[in-house]
Amino acid sequence: MEAYSKKVMKYFLHPKNVGKISNPDGVGKVGNIRCGDVMYLYLKIEKNKIKDVKFETFGCIAAIATSSYITELVKGKSIEQALKITKDDIIKGLGGLPPIKIHCSILAIDALIEAVYDYLSKNNLPISENLVKEHERIKKTLEMVEDKHKELVEIEESVL
Amino acid sequence: MDYAATTPVDPRVLEAMKPYFSKKYGNASSLHSFGQESKKAIDEARQKVAELINANSNNIIFTSCATEANNFAIKGIAYANKNKGNHIITSQIEHHAVLHPCQWLEKQGFKVTYLPVNKYGLVDLNELEKAIRKETILVSIMHANNEIGTIEPIEEIGKICQERGIYFHTDAVQSFGKIEINVEKMNIDLLSASAHKLYGPKGVGCLYIRNGIKIDSLLHGGSQEFNLRAGTENVAGIVGFGKASEIAKKEMKSEEKRLAALRDKLIRNVLKIENSYLNGHPTKRLPNNTNFWFKFIEGESLVMRLNAKGIAASTGSACSSRSLEPSHVLLAIGLKHEEAHGSLRLTLGRWSTEEDVDYVSSVLPEIVEKLRKISPFKSGW
Repeated sequence: MEAYSKKVMKYFLHPKNVGKISNPDGVGKVGNIRCGDVMYLYLKIEKNKIKDVKFETFGCIAAIATSSYITELVKGKSIEQALKITKDDIIKGLGGLPPIKIHCSILAIDALIEAVYDYLSKNNLPISENLVKEHERIKKTLEMVEDKHKELVEIEESVL
Repeated sequence: MDYAATTPVDPRVLEAMKPYFSKKYGNASSLHSFGQESKKAIDEARQKVAELINANSNNIIFTSCATEANNFAIKGIAYANKNKGNHIITSQIEHHAVLHPCQWLEKQGFKVTYLPVNKYGLVDLNELEKAIRKETILVSIMHANNEIGTIEPIEEIGKICQERGIYFHTDAVQSFGKIEINVEKMNIDLLSASAHKLYGPKGVGCLYIRNGIKIDSLLHGGSQEFNLRAGTENVAGIVGFGKASEIAKKEMKSEEKRLAALRDKLIRNVLKIENSYLNGHPTKRLPNNTNFWFKFIEGESLVMRLNAKGIAASTGSACSSRSLEPSHVLLAIGLKHEEAHGSLRLTLGRWSTEEDVDYVSSVLPEIVEKLRKISPFKSGW
């Protein structure tokens, strides 16, 4: 087990914004149960602002901490501002993540992108080219993850 | 609650070891009295370790750890007997210290069969018989599994091997000193053990090798350990291993009974949690081992929440290790990935009390519930 920062442990032990939002305006579902991390992000949006946000996560300490942290970061922000958040903002804000857990911060960003995409498409709002690209990438990763996972495991076994 | 990972050194063991760091520092290979004092201490320790498994002391070879003992047994037998055959049989649930030497041997041209196990983690004797070929030179099946605690039918396995003229090795790291082992009765040719799982120090293990076994050395150099394992002996460590074995022999019967009662109480309590399941065999299991999986939650989170409550535990979830796969043992007994991710191992030991069991039983349901609240899976995957 890797050592986690105090901040990561704080968010893990006392996560904020846990749960579902009834009738959410956007939902982002990312991760794969086989790999052990699944994140659901729910958004309530009013006048282009993220009024409320909640999450549900199956996963490790880093997955829970990053989920909780991103909900705090985006709450009250405009959609544009929220989409500017990077994985490095999350990692830095949490006082660092073990290298093997960096993917958890990416997962949190992906959950947000998916939730925003869901909101925009459901409401027939314009979606930027970049967001479409990101959405396609995430969808593809989800489809690929089984194969990718297998491949990674094989690589891992071959170096043992 | 993580005694299967390692154990503290018993104060009685530490006392026995102390003189061999300072006053009695002789090299056991020296002819002078300092050296002979160390040699005598090693011989006495060898006798105590041997007595625990009903072996002759001349058949105990001290090593640096059980991983070395396993490597020694598997590679040593493979290379010394390759004229006879190139096939080895082991199981899918062995410790990596057995699996990885086997995989390495495959790269050197040996053939290895990894026997499956049933849902309790038991090796099927019929499967074993079917897997035996005329080229089979070694069967290596662990005595008790380190994760799920299942005790394998090694006496029967040993008998099959004896009848077929195949060497039988067992990794007894988890069972050594906890339950009875008799190398004669159980037809064991080679057996690996470790001191640090038995309230002895880290850095010392041993391999039992029956008389007349053809085996190559792993370490070449001086003539220590009957010319089978070169290297200046870890005298203090070996003395500690001897003392730990002596204590285990004296206390094993009563301790086994005490721990099994605590174990069963813990299992009963934990299984009261909704959607919780026991991994391993309900009765054929180590007296100190419990292993569960909980639906809809992940093991690393579970372990760290327990840690925050002052309880040390472990999990077979991939997230807890540097590996991408969850425990190979849990997958081998038929758990799905997501189920294996939710596993928790609680293991008891010499200083575990009923209060400890009660305490874990009282905090665990709440932790499971909290994590399920965070999880997107509450009633279905």
